[in-house]
Amino acid sequence: MNDITEKIAELDAEGLSLKSVSLWQITWRRLFRRKSAVVGMVILGILAFIALTAQWIAPYDPIQVLIGVEQVKMRQDPCIHLLGCPQDEPQHIMGIDGNVRDEFSRLLYGTRLSLMIGLSTVTSAIFIGTILGALSGYFGHWVDNTIMRVMDVLLAFPSLLLAIVIVTVLGPGLINALIAISIVSIPAYARVVRASVLSVREMDYVSATRAQGGNTFQILFKRILPNALTPLIVQGTLGIATAILDAAALSFLGLGAQPPTPEWGSMLGSERNQVFTAPHLVFYPGVAIMLTVLSFNLIGDGLRDALDPRLAHVSG
Amino acid sequence: MMIQYIIRRTLSAIPVLFGILLVTFVLARVIPGDPCRAILGEKATQAVCDRFISEHGLDKPIHIQFRVYLNEIAHGDFGRSFRFGMPVTRLLVERLPTTIELSFCALFFSLIVGIPLGIISAVKHNSWADVSMMVWANIGVSMPVFWLGLMLAYVFSLLLKGTPFWLPPSGRITAGILSPAFYEVWGWTIPETGLWRSVLEFLGRLYIFDAILTANWKLLGDTLKHLLLPSLALGTIPMALIARMTRSTMLEVLGQDYIRTARAKGLPNSMVILKHAFRNSLLPLVTVIGLSLGGLLGGAVLTETIFGLSGVGRTLYEAITARDYGIVQAFTVVIAVFFVILNLIVDISYAYLDPRIRLD
Repeated sequence: MNDITEKIAELDAEGLSLKSVSLWQITWRRLFRRKSAVVGMVILGILAFIALTAQWIAPYDPIQVLIGVEQVKMRQDPCIHLLGCPQDEPQHIMGIDGNVRDEFSRLLYGTRLSLMIGLSTVTSAIFIGTILGALSGYFGHWVDNTIMRVMDVLLAFPSLLLAIVIVTVLGPGLINALIAISIVSIPAYARVVRASVLSVREMDYVSATRAQGGNTFQILFKRILPNALTPLIVQGTLGIATAILDAAALSFLGLGAQPPTPEWGSMLGSERNQVFTAPHLVFYPGVAIMLTVLSFNLIGDGLRDALDPRLAHVSG
Repeated sequence: MMIQYIIRRTLSAIPVLFGILLVTFVLARVIPGDPCRAILGEKATQAVCDRFISEHGLDKPIHIQFRVYLNEIAHGDFGRSFRFGMPVTRLLVERLPTTIELSFCALFFSLIVGIPLGIISAVKHNSWADVSMMVWANIGVSMPVFWLGLMLAYVFSLLLKGTPFWLPPSGRITAGILSPAFYEVWGWTIPETGLWRSVLEFLGRLYIFDAILTANWKLLGDTLKHLLLPSLALGTIPMALIARMTRSTMLEVLGQDYIRTARAKGLPNSMVILKHAFRNSLLPLVTVIGLSLGGLLGGAVLTETIFGLSGVGRTLYEAITARDYGIVQAFTVVIAVFFVILNLIVDISYAYLDPRIRLD
């Protein structure tokens, strides 16, 4: 008896039970069975918590200059009471930056900005990419040709380079950097959507909707585009990782977020010549970027495997 | 078949090249401000500007301007840099070799480390070696290039100072070490100007190529020592991607029937893995290399900035901050064209490795 219950539980976990389960339930289960994806979700959960509560957990104001407030020096090393830093000195667990601000507080606030950058650029790129890809795949002919040739040209530039050039034209700044990164990531989404539209466009259920008198809008959004959802989710999650890296690179070069905004790339960039004298100011923002990017990469890879029916029984 | 494929694929690159020129042309026109002062600098006088505008046809309708632009590029004239006071083409001849050397070394590093790691990982599937390697590969693809570069410089140039592992944090060669071009060593007399001169000068600035050609081992050692840290920084992401891709395709291939057959025939394990399995996972590898190229060229901007290498990437970045649009426009075109050509080569080798593609 026990054996049977166990077997059912096992089948449930595989998504093979007789109870009806949606694709998303199966995906969730598979995702939770992958250690790397769980690690990614835990990291992202912590980062999201930090982003939401930054104003309460940060010990200092991220843009407050501490001259005259405390006895601290520019680019002072980290002072952690638990690790033997004298109790009478103010605690700065990641040290003081080049403008005498608390590095740790800036880092915490940077989480908010980084997640926002990743989500907003990818959302807008997916939005535009989906429209372009859907039009291209659905209407074919010259519409397809025109749109896809433009996408080819965008893909002909290394993405970071194109983003740099676009920011040059628009002028440096966080918003312009976001626009640039969105533009360079559009082709990937347009291609994904176009491919899924092409694969189902001629299917019987689409023709059936057409025969029933469904209009183009209905066919496209209700019948065809849901098929593009899974590849888009995977591509989007991995795309957030790339977007965060690119945005950090732009800010590092001084083309993205401008001081005193607490953005990791710009924090790292403004102290890069001090790497030999104050390595902590380069080290921590980089680790923060890496952890954020890592979490999205792990989740994205996990999602890809979880959503891929061919890999249903491959472990690892 | 192969020839036909190459021709077809090359022809399909032409609209893209045209698009690149159009995009850079449009970008140069929409840059805010007066084009003359954007290119000649803020200090240009009105008379100089008027002459510049009529020389470059900037007073003509936009479609004629585009034709002039195409014509200039077709003649190898990319305009002048006001900051350096010389034709951009000369600047390219001077600086492209650094970038090529750097990207090549980074790619080489990522291949010779990434492929064996991936193979070992797949063969020892689910062992601690596999798991730890994949953890590192995941971390590797998530690291910002500029951070890794700075951290490497900190560790190898500061912490390891005084040990044999010390590596220089910047520059291409140590000051004082001569880098005579091969044509100088061989006593060639070369023309003052022209294409041939540019080609020779270009080759002469590829230090590794030069050093090997003229058996100048001191120069070779010094160049490689300087290239090690930047290549490591730039090559880590592609290395991690290559290791992951090699692992997953090897895993797929190792489960195939013909591998079992090969083993059943009693072939030695190394032969099964390298000859039967690895050869068949080459194809996806070519794709990853193709995908990594863009990252390499974009990452070169960051790596060169950090390690003080005056390559194309750093020059481009400095030109942007100095608003030297002549360079920005020309270098963007050159990098994009370079990228298209590399992708073309990748596609063609893909077709060579997999006959199904050229028949499609």
